[in-house]
Amino acid sequence: MSAVIEPQPAAEPLGTGPLDLEAAYRQSQVAEVLEGLERDLIGLLPVKSRIRDIAALLLIDKLRSTLGLGAGAPALHMSFTGNPGTGKTTVALRMAEILHRLGYVRKGHLVAVTRDDLVGQYIGHTAPKTREVLKRAMGGVLFIDEAYYLYRPENERDYGQEAIEILLQVMENQREDLVVIFAGYKQRMDTFFHSNPGLSSRVAHHIDFPDYSCDELLAIAHLMLEQMHYQLSPAADGALREYIELRRAQPHFANARSIRNALDRARLRQASRLFERRGKPISRDELVTIEAADIRASRVFAEERAHGH
Amino acid sequence: MRITQGTFSFLPELSDEQIRRQIEYSLEQGWAVSIEYTDDPHPRNTYWEMFGMPMFDIRDAAGILGELASCRKTFPYHYIKVNAFDATRGRESLRLSFLVNRPPREPGFALVRQEGAGRALRYTTRAYADDRPEGERYSGP
Repeated sequence: MSAVIEPQPAAEPLGTGPLDLEAAYRQSQVAEVLEGLERDLIGLLPVKSRIRDIAALLLIDKLRSTLGLGAGAPALHMSFTGNPGTGKTTVALRMAEILHRLGYVRKGHLVAVTRDDLVGQYIGHTAPKTREVLKRAMGGVLFIDEAYYLYRPENERDYGQEAIEILLQVMENQREDLVVIFAGYKQRMDTFFHSNPGLSSRVAHHIDFPDYSCDELLAIAHLMLEQMHYQLSPAADGALREYIELRRAQPHFANARSIRNALDRARLRQASRLFERRGKPISRDELVTIEAADIRASRVFAEERAHGH
Repeated sequence: MRITQGTFSFLPELSDEQIRRQIEYSLEQGWAVSIEYTDDPHPRNTYWEMFGMPMFDIRDAAGILGELASCRKTFPYHYIKVNAFDATRGRESLRLSFLVNRPPREPGFALVRQEGAGRALRYTTRAYADDRPEGERYSGP
């Protein structure tokens, strides 16, 4: 049996002299995550600065606690609000990483759930279901997407309330075991927190994700294409810019997610365009290039033309 | 008479911290941890009741310790053990199993003699606790 009980190596004792913040920063390896955040996520300036603030606070807190200046475990539960496709889930993943590197969660995994995973179908079904999810999330981050669905004021016998109560209890009593992140549209989340004051007061950080500007969306598109090993021809670049401007004005625009979908459809058209002329040899350039025509064939342009006439 | 069963059975009782680290180790190995209880102390009693569901997909010991706490609350005077199951093909069995809870008073076993044909004697043991029905066998100190 290799399950040996051995004592944890003791933490490096720190003197009372000046502390090396830089060393602690480097040691925590949190810089990597923050740089990755800066590099891979376009725009989102307020979000990034809030995350840097939180990381700084946690780092300082850690340093203080090595001197015995503990201020109690900081409240880390958060709420991410913003329109669809603004990067809430992506940032939550990074947040889990940061918290893990700073030692505020032990495992650093993210468990993403929605109402269906927490709330049961009949009486007595909700509590075990919620506990099951909480058990899985222990040591990591629990990400509740579209959290406002948990609370349905129009039905006072809704089981969502029960799930909220269990969540509250764990959020309060097992703060060192898990961090809960609530996510959803700004307005509906505001109502949700307004009608659940107990929840609102336990969520320390409210971070709002702004919509992307046209330029940011274009930069995101380039980043996505780069990751998928595609490139835009110069004409396609202009077409994509026009596309984004038109698409933004239309309903159901989901920021980066809409861009991803548009690119996926452009890939589809590029593939069938290349397939049409099979028989002739295809160069590597042709395989990676998306032409203006692939983008201009979109429904968005068709609608625009229809409106124009 | 102190019952010894499973791993670590000749060590003093594990503290909660030690239990946590054993569970942590099991999870690191990818084993599924479960909790079982019984109040039949006989060594041949291999069929214990499982408390709740077997816990797959758990990443951290905190989730299992929570379940253990609620098991101890429900059955404070039962034997409770933690099992770690290895689902690897060809192995599919427990890799680790240890007691984490026992009754405060364990009366032990009686030796039972049975007369057989031609002055033969057959021996067996019987737990004193078995005199009472299941669920009433052990009580507080």
